[in-house]
Amino acid sequence: MDQPLLIIGAGLAGWQAVREFRKLDTATPITLVTADAGDFYAKPTLSNAFGQKRGPAQLVTTPAATIAQTLNVTLLSHTQVTAIDTAAQVVQTSTGPLSYRDLVLATGAQPIRVPLAGAASDQVLSVNSLSDFAVFHQRLTSLGEDTPNIRIAIMGAGLIGCEFANDLAGAGYAVAVIDPSDRPLAALLPPTASAQLQSALTGLSVQWHLGATVQTVEPQAGALLLSLSNGQAIAADIVLSAIGLRADTALAQAAGIVCERGIVVNRQLQTSVPHVWALGDGAQYASAASPGAPTGRTLPYVMPIMAAAKVLAANLAGTEASLEFAAMPVAIKTPALPIVAHPPAPGHLGEWVEQTLGEWWFASADMPERPHGFVLTGTHTSKRMALVKQMAAAA
Amino acid sequence: MKTYICIVCGFVYDETAGRPEDGIAAGTLWSDVPASWECPECGVAKADFEPVEI
Repeated sequence: MDQPLLIIGAGLAGWQAVREFRKLDTATPITLVTADAGDFYAKPTLSNAFGQKRGPAQLVTTPAATIAQTLNVTLLSHTQVTAIDTAAQVVQTSTGPLSYRDLVLATGAQPIRVPLAGAASDQVLSVNSLSDFAVFHQRLTSLGEDTPNIRIAIMGAGLIGCEFANDLAGAGYAVAVIDPSDRPLAALLPPTASAQLQSALTGLSVQWHLGATVQTVEPQAGALLLSLSNGQAIAADIVLSAIGLRADTALAQAAGIVCERGIVVNRQLQTSVPHVWALGDGAQYASAASPGAPTGRTLPYVMPIMAAAKVLAANLAGTEASLEFAAMPVAIKTPALPIVAHPPAPGHLGEWVEQTLGEWWFASADMPERPHGFVLTGTHTSKRMALVKQMAAAA
Repeated sequence: MKTYICIVCGFVYDETAGRPEDGIAAGTLWSDVPASWECPECGVAKADFEPVEI
C-alpha cells in the first residue's frame, strides 16, 4: 500500500487541509493523528457561546467519526505524537510508529501563561480548544444561575479577552478585565476605537483594571483573591487567562525543523525539511504581502488557514501553488460594538487617520487616500468589502 | 425567520437582517440566498452553513 499523507492535529488547519486535499485526490490514504477527540467545531464560537446558550456538545458541528468517514480518513484520536524522524519519514506515537509519504504539521498554538504567585495560581483557566471550553463551561455553570453575583476575572484585553468579556457580561456575569496596557485591543486598534469598545463593554457593566497585571492568586472563602500590580485586590470566582497564543513548535524543533516564532514555511507551505509541511496557528508564513518585513509572521485567524489549506493541498497533490494572502480583515466578535480590523502588514509606514467616528485608515502622510489597513466599528463594519477592494487597488 | 451558522467560523446569517452589504436584502430567506454567496468572515461556501437555533 502507498504510504499515507499523515496529518498531525485535528483543529481547523488539520481538517481543512484534508478537505481541500480530498477535492483533488480521493485515492491517497490519509491518516490524521490528534491528541483530542477530533470532533470538528468552529473555534471562534468558543468565545461567543454563552450568549447563545450553547454548551460544548452544541458547539460540535461534525463528530469526529462522521467527518473521518466522509473524507475517507483513518483517524487516530487521543493519540500523542512523541517524535518525528524526518530522514526515515516515520513519526513515533503513543500507539506505535507511523510511516508517511508527506507529513502536515497542524499542531496549532498554546495559550501564553505568565507565572503567577499564590496558592491558587493553578486555578487560572485558558480556553484555546473545545476541551478547554468544556472545563470552563462546567466550572462556570456549576456556580449556579445567579450570574450577577458570579465574578469572572479575565486577564488580557486583546481579541479573545474582549470577546469573552462581551459574551460573559452579555450573559449577565460580573466581569472584570485586567491588562497592562491603558486600553483594550491596544495592539489592533487606534486609541479612539479602543475608547469606543471600552465604553460599549462598560455599558454591559464590565469593570476595567488597565495598566495593571495580576501578580498573585490566593484562595479566599471559597473563591479567589487576585492581587494586582497597582496595589488593588479583586475577588473572583473564576480567572480566565487570555493574554495571547504562542505557536506550538515543540515537535518540529525536536525534529530539527527550522522554527522561529512558528514553524517556518515557504510560500508552498513546505518547512525546511522535505516532505514536511505546516499551516495554521503553528506556522510562520513567508511575508509575501510585506516585502519590507524582515521575517515571516504567524497569523492565528480563520481566513489564513482557509487560504493556506488550498495551496497546501495543491502542492501535496502535485500541482505547484504559492500562497498569496489577499486582504484578510479580522472580525472581532464583540456584539456590543462589532469591529472589523485589518492591521497593516509589517513594514508599512504610516499612522491611523480617523475618517469618521467608526472608520479609521492606516496610511502614510504623503498618500492618505491609499489605506494599508483599516478599522471599522459599529454600523461602519458594512464597508468592509468596499475597503478591501480599495486596498487591493492601492497595493 | 431563521438563522444559519457557518460551520467553519461561526458567522451567523440571520434571515431577518439579511446581508445588505452583500446585496442580500433584509428578510431574504436562506433558500433565496445565491449559492455563489460565501461566508464574509472565512470564505466558505453557502453549503457549509447549518441551521441553528439562537
